[in-house]
Amino acid sequence: MPLSDEHRRLRGRNYTVAAILVAMMVLFFVVTMVRIAGAS
Amino acid sequence: MSVSESYTDRSSSTLERTPARVRDFVALLKPRVMSLVVFTGLVGMAVAPVDVHPVLAIAALLSIALGAGASGAINMWYDADIDAVMDRTKDRPIPSGKVSASEALTLGVVVSGGAVMVMGLANNYLAAGLLLLTIGFYVFVYTMWLKRRTPQNIVIGGAAGAMPPLIGWAAVTGEISLFPILMFAIIFIWTPPHFWALALYRKGDYARAGVPMLPVTAGSAKTRLQILLYSLVLAATGIVPWALSLTGDLYGFGAAALGFIFAALAFGLFRKGAAEEADGSHLSAKRLFRFSLLYLFLMFTLLLVDGLMGAPVWW
Repeated sequence: MPLSDEHRRLRGRNYTVAAILVAMMVLFFVVTMVRIAGAS
Repeated sequence: MSVSESYTDRSSSTLERTPARVRDFVALLKPRVMSLVVFTGLVGMAVAPVDVHPVLAIAALLSIALGAGASGAINMWYDADIDAVMDRTKDRPIPSGKVSASEALTLGVVVSGGAVMVMGLANNYLAAGLLLLTIGFYVFVYTMWLKRRTPQNIVIGGAAGAMPPLIGWAAVTGEISLFPILMFAIIFIWTPPHFWALALYRKGDYARAGVPMLPVTAGSAKTRLQILLYSLVLAATGIVPWALSLTGDLYGFGAAALGFIFAALAFGLFRKGAAEEADGSHLSAKRLFRFSLLYLFLMFTLLLVDGLMGAPVWW
């Protein structure tokens, strides 16, 4: 079934939210590693 | 009928509204304002006399940027009625119906919380507290309390915009000292002449929206005098870091020259503003507004360059 414009935009938004969540995970991981390394 | 009463939230009409695009949400974060905030925050971090891991510096900058953007989104949520009647802001995402007011508020609150949390975890609680204070001040004190009530709105509210260098410094040092307080003072004193220059040629817009900016409540002549007085204080404040040996001569000469130009443009506005208002050109006000942006950018560039070259004394 072809996607309507609305579906396409919503899908784009969902991908963006997913990308932001992944970026936050990476950020938290890297910050944690840096802080642990700095503390030791 | 007040602006609020006459305002219909076009964004809440599902018939009219198309789903928001990512760029509409980005627009909610006021990216142009964010860029100046990030730059001044970066300078606050860069001139601090400590070494910081690049990842933690990036996390601090990200937090400052997101905090500024999020408070901008909450501001747009609260001021959607005003934005809808002003030429300068009527195309913003909420009044134009691209983003609903509740989406903007949600984005603002969630991103604010995230920004403060990242700052606290990656850097320190002092910087996170200052960021939270700044967001709260901008939203509750400036946006909700002062903006619609007093012509001193941007004088007091300007404190929020002046905080980034202080936050940046606190993020990497874990403390506050005289130098970042002077950077705060420069932005704080710069804010009124910057916004009043704009308000002089957008006076009708502000009057229509019921925002009591100084040109609307006190008239253009008094505003031009206030701009001149603030410009003189700004020119003097700009050279204080050099006078206290916190910076080198490069900054001192640069700040003196930029302060002189700022005051000269303000004097030109004071002298010719009335005639230019009568003919509708507002040349001096527009010139001062444009220069004020360049002034702040150059002042902080000088601080950055001077700091990287190694200033004589660090307090």
